[in-house]
Amino acid sequence: MAGHSLTKGRVVALLAHRLAILAYVAFALFPLYWLLKVSVTPNKLLYSEGIRMWPSQTSFEHFDFVLKHSEFPTFFKNSLIVAGSTALIVTALASLAGYALSRFSFRGKYWIVALMLLTQMFPLVMLVAPIFKMLSPLGLTNSLTGLVIVYTAFNVPFATFLMQSFFDGIPKDLEEAAMIDGATQFGAFRQIILPLTLPGIAATLGFVFTAAWSELLFSLMLISGNAAATFPVGLLSFVSKFSIDFGQMMAAGVMALIPACLFFLLIQRYLVQGLTAGAVKG
Amino acid sequence: MASIDISNIRKSYGIHPVLHGIDLEIRDGEFVVLVGPSGCGKSTLLRMIAGLEAVTDGEIRIAGKRVNDLAPKDRDIAMVFQSYALYPHMSVAKNMSYSLRLRKMAKEKIASVVAGAATKLGLEPLMERRPKALSGGQRQRVAMGRAIVREPKAFLFDEPLSNLDARLREQMRAEIKKLHKDLGATSIYVTHDQIEAMTLADRIVAMHGGIIQQVGSPLDLYDNPANLFVAGFIGSPGMNFFEGRYIKLNGKSVFAPTGGVELLLEAPANLEEGSRATLGIRPEHVVLGADGPEAQMAAIDLVEPTGFGIILHLTLGPVSLKAFTLDRRFLNATGEIAVRLPGSHLHFFDESGRKV
Ligand SMILES: Nc1ncnc2c1ncn2[C@@H]1O[C@H](COP(=O)(O)OP(=O)(O)OP(=O)(O)O)[C@@H](O)[C@H]1O
Ligand SMILES: [Mg+2]
Repeated sequence: MAGHSLTKGRVVALLAHRLAILAYVAFALFPLYWLLKVSVTPNKLLYSEGIRMWPSQTSFEHFDFVLKHSEFPTFFKNSLIVAGSTALIVTALASLAGYALSRFSFRGKYWIVALMLLTQMFPLVMLVAPIFKMLSPLGLTNSLTGLVIVYTAFNVPFATFLMQSFFDGIPKDLEEAAMIDGATQFGAFRQIILPLTLPGIAATLGFVFTAAWSELLFSLMLISGNAAATFPVGLLSFVSKFSIDFGQMMAAGVMALIPACLFFLLIQRYLVQGLTAGAVKG
Repeated sequence: MASIDISNIRKSYGIHPVLHGIDLEIRDGEFVVLVGPSGCGKSTLLRMIAGLEAVTDGEIRIAGKRVNDLAPKDRDIAMVFQSYALYPHMSVAKNMSYSLRLRKMAKEKIASVVAGAATKLGLEPLMERRPKALSGGQRQRVAMGRAIVREPKAFLFDEPLSNLDARLREQMRAEIKKLHKDLGATSIYVTHDQIEAMTLADRIVAMHGGIIQQVGSPLDLYDNPANLFVAGFIGSPGMNFFEGRYIKLNGKSVFAPTGGVELLLEAPANLEEGSRATLGIRPEHVVLGADGPEAQMAAIDLVEPTGFGIILHLTLGPVSLKAFTLDRRFLNATGEIAVRLPGSHLHFFDESGRKV
């Protein structure tokens, strides 16, 4: 409506509004821009040109090097395996647990929720040593499986609360109608509720995937050597005792952004869709 | 189709009792309407019959078979929700066929059953739409369609029309009545709407505070309310009540409203002399513009024309009184008016509120 009668006051207000948004977007994206800029700056210009918004000459030499001569492809693959499996396992568990918390009342529910909240209250650093002690005799240090287990454990509580809130948003009438129509409770969950929770599932998948993808602390502590290193740890290998290879590091960083971007592109249709519209009146 | 027998049903949520021993026998093919104020336990009773709510105590039988511990899916009952509860990710056709697909009915059979129901409800042009692309009235029809395709043992309705506008509600009410005539299915229907209850019901069950107050035909409840609650609840505008004492004066029966003019009764009431009692009369039974020895003068406070008739708000002595008339002469009445409370239409309730 604002566009129709453009009085002076409105133009100013509109302009201020847009400028504020623009400023915020620029602020948020600037580090990414810098990442991209450094990644395409040839080595010889990196320290010689001073601070410029765009190098006078660009090249893909860093990308080339990272892909062909570093272990980055291994890191990338490891991260993909770890983050992907974690996301899938956590989302599956959280869907079931979230549904139970949302729909059933059972003995001990209060304590389960309290304990799950409790796990979210500790700084993770405190837990590194005990976890290492537990995983090491099981042969799960220095292994991707160990990482998946740890990440799953840490992400399930929050993801469960997230899924619970999505289930809470779906009217109970729907599965009751399904059960009267002849479905079992699980049938109603699978055929009626689950399809309606796709946006929530997508959001949870995305959230857990990115969390696992960028996790540094545990993968640093539990993994030694490059074979099982994930990408955030791998990035550190560009830091040597004597120098930091910024160009290659940034190139690796840019490539590491790709899966997350693809992932969100894939699920964004579910994130914006209001699938429950029209279910119940009011 | 089947009968439903409810014997001594109780329900508590935690320590809070909601239903206190409900007994009700519903015959095969009967249309029973549950009415009562909000929170009296109508939905709870309905949901217990459907199997959505556990039975705390008592027994529910459908077609003679105890169903207390059966899952909803094994009770073969259809329910229409107030919210309609249509599956938003399924088309109208899929919504209607869901129960049949779960029963693994043959595809061709499903198609013909669904098409038949769609014709009955005028839904054919909408079959491929999603619920969100339907109007409220159309959604309501789909919810009905989803129930009738199954040919269940009984239909349960929880305020199915309360989200529709008045005109549409009237139309759907007639359609439900017609459907019931066609299918002859046992139905239990919860509503707040007096007219729905009166027009649809074979029998009305009036509930209050988790207890059945009266069961009977609509006119039964209207003409012979069992107690003060039913008398006040059924009918709109509601019955007038006067509190007072039943006494004998010079050998004649008299009702003396507290602080009001004594009313000479034509016949003695079944009350003890000197006992406290409540007298009730429906607004349409108050005779306006009366003459004769029993006429009393009442002040006119307000005149409400409803189009169909006129509601007059009167003050008779210390008590207020409503009168309903179809006579347009009273549209412009002001000041005072002579009224008479004819003996044949008076209801008496004893101290505990029971009709005598
Ligand atoms: N899950 C529940 N837990 C606790 N109390 C409940 C629950 N469901 C209903 N109640 C209580 O049970 C009583 C009866 O509720 P019910 O829904 O049956 O009323 P109703 O007659 O259908 O009312 P309305 O006409 O408003 O729909 C209410 O006092 C309500 O607060
Ligand atoms: Mg209700």
